[in-house]
Amino acid sequence: MNVTKTLLATTALTFAAGAASALDLTLVSWGGAYQTSQLKAYAEPYMAEHPDVNIIWDESSAEAVAKLRAMNEAGNITWDLVDVTVSDSIRLCDEGLAREIDFDTELAPAPDGTPASEDFGATLNNDCFVPQIVYSTTFGYRTDLVGDTPPTSVCDIFDLEKFPGKRSLQKRPIDNVEWALFCDGVAKEEIYNVLSTDEGQAQAFAKLDTIKDQVVWWTAGAETPQLLADGEVVMGSTFNGRLFSAIAEQNQPIGMLWDMQSYDLDGWIVPAGLSEEKEAAVMDFLKFATDTQRLADQAKYISYGPARASSAPLVGQHADLGIDMAPHMPTDPANATNPHIYDYSWWADNRDDLDAKFQAWLAQ
Amino acid sequence: MSSLHSEIPTPSLTGFTLPLMAAAGLGFGYIVGTANGQPLIGAVAGAVLSAALGYVLASFVPDRRTGRLGTAAVAGIAGFAMAGTSGLVAGAIIGLILSWFAYWLSTGDYRRSVPSYATAGDVLWSNSFKFICGLIFFFLIAPIVVVLPLSFNAQDFFTFTPEMLAFDPDGYSLKHYRDFLSNPDWTRPLKNSFVIAPLATIISVSLGTLAAIGLSQSHVPGRRAIMAILISPMIVPLIISATGMFFFYSKLGNWMEGNLGMSKDFIGYVKVILAHSVLGIPFVIITVTATLVGFDRSLTRAAANMGAGPVRTFFKVQMPLILPGVISGGLFAFITSFDEVVVVLFVGSAAQKTLPWQMFIGLREQISPTILAVATVLVTFSVLLLATLELLRRRSERLRGMSPT
Repeated sequence: MNVTKTLLATTALTFAAGAASALDLTLVSWGGAYQTSQLKAYAEPYMAEHPDVNIIWDESSAEAVAKLRAMNEAGNITWDLVDVTVSDSIRLCDEGLAREIDFDTELAPAPDGTPASEDFGATLNNDCFVPQIVYSTTFGYRTDLVGDTPPTSVCDIFDLEKFPGKRSLQKRPIDNVEWALFCDGVAKEEIYNVLSTDEGQAQAFAKLDTIKDQVVWWTAGAETPQLLADGEVVMGSTFNGRLFSAIAEQNQPIGMLWDMQSYDLDGWIVPAGLSEEKEAAVMDFLKFATDTQRLADQAKYISYGPARASSAPLVGQHADLGIDMAPHMPTDPANATNPHIYDYSWWADNRDDLDAKFQAWLAQ
Repeated sequence: MSSLHSEIPTPSLTGFTLPLMAAAGLGFGYIVGTANGQPLIGAVAGAVLSAALGYVLASFVPDRRTGRLGTAAVAGIAGFAMAGTSGLVAGAIIGLILSWFAYWLSTGDYRRSVPSYATAGDVLWSNSFKFICGLIFFFLIAPIVVVLPLSFNAQDFFTFTPEMLAFDPDGYSLKHYRDFLSNPDWTRPLKNSFVIAPLATIISVSLGTLAAIGLSQSHVPGRRAIMAILISPMIVPLIISATGMFFFYSKLGNWMEGNLGMSKDFIGYVKVILAHSVLGIPFVIITVTATLVGFDRSLTRAAANMGAGPVRTFFKVQMPLILPGVISGGLFAFITSFDEVVVVLFVGSAAQKTLPWQMFIGLREQISPTILAVATVLVTFSVLLLATLELLRRRSERLRGMSPT
């Protein structure tokens, strides 16, 4: 009996000791090509410098808010750094689930000494959110299925005569109702004023009604590239990086339609309530991962624009294909001729209401 | 029996074989025609060609082998002319099916499986029944089979590319299998699955077997109620068990970390293994209880009579006899843990990511054919496990004298 006990105790100790010698950091992200770009640009160089740190990925950003709430209630926070969109970060920050960050002291300044808060500039939104990338939700189309005149305007999505066939749109009101109003003749700066009225919302849904039976609704970013590759849809919205990957890396016959691309930001939050040791390790990683060079490096792997102003001039070529990445950024002047600036605060106030109306409209 | 069938009359060519051949040709012709954008022309041409084929085979080619191979060759060449290599394969398959159908009808083989006194209605029903059974098999198996060739896709999409359909070697590649075996995103979950599933199985098998033996004793009070509680993880919706387990194991984990000083990583594995054991126990209880029905109780009394203690009796007498039941229960428990995605998503943290979890993420975030490669490997693995199970079952039947061999 004594032998068994000793054996058990030693095994348990070995397990505990073996795990304690390396520090595991759990990073939460979105999976796919985006997470790969984070792995290559931030995690691998960091682990090379800090061999005692081991980075583990959890692809749960899509349900980050719900899971963080549950973890907080159960008192068992297993995440150390979470990649979320701005709107999710606003909710997490308001609920006290994310730690507030002092940008100028806790993040790296630009190489010329500009403090981080100035370098990030307009991409900063709340006290918990450290921006990483600017991405956009925009359209791709099958070059071989749209005839001789490819679409040039977002309103071609609503033109079933010129471009017959299925189109894929994201299964949520955001972006779709704005595009609908814009194509129904509402001026860009008036969109949110019109959307604030019941008539305006009805107008948007009426415009969406005209193409409703030709729409395939997607929920995951990988769906539109798959549908386009299959030729099941003629055109569809998705994140610009996914389209870049399908076009440049997979050689699919797909073209980009940048008109009325909808900008959004993605970045890190640090969960509140980490142990001191974990928090120190995470903040050290965060400082490294959001410095000027690292953000510029990320653009080698995916066509999302760095959130720091000082990173933009450092954006180089694609790591494998050797093509210049700057023309594929959503923020490139040639692509940004008519972008749509999505209003976070309007959506924060109206999201629940419009989500419900959108679901009801879908079910009709 | 053969004397019954030797009297089958040759059915009428124009009144029976040719119309049915035409109907079958109509169906194939419609499918081929739709693929070429001319469904109506395809259907008509298919019916005419098929009826002609039936006439030629029934009247002039009595040798089946020649007739079938010849038809397949001609249809294959026609298919090749229409749609290249994939047309060749499709044409040859259609040719084989139609020529088989022609001989089956014209020689009267379709009556062979029913007694000679069966009416036309009986024959029709007997053959329709077989056809429906075939369809059921098809709908069960086809979705799994379709995945297998896609896992060799050279592209990163779930699409049969033109190169694949033309059987061009460039359209195929093993890169998704290479990704599965070399990418840490996949090797780590694979390792986790092979750590968690066997340990959970060992726990479920030990506890489940003990519970089954205890519950099979007639003197245990409240046997039915205990049984129901033990089986409940199988009946309660998984998502509900998972939510409950999340909060329960979080507290347990915090206590273990605070009072026993174990590392978070180790606790994570303990939590997932315990949760999976709970899910596996019902399978072990059910299979072992079923095996115990055939166990002769007088053997344990005989062992006791000869001076063996209960523990010795269990290991030397009872265990060897119920071993097949224990093993098949263990296999079920293993597969339950190995396939499980809901509970591990709740209870585990990223360090305990298992294979199904990674597949779930892969499907949601990045539709990559690596999932199909993994699926192919897992299907093969599951087929092997089930085959083992079936062999064990047969062995146990043979040992208990329930089957003649």
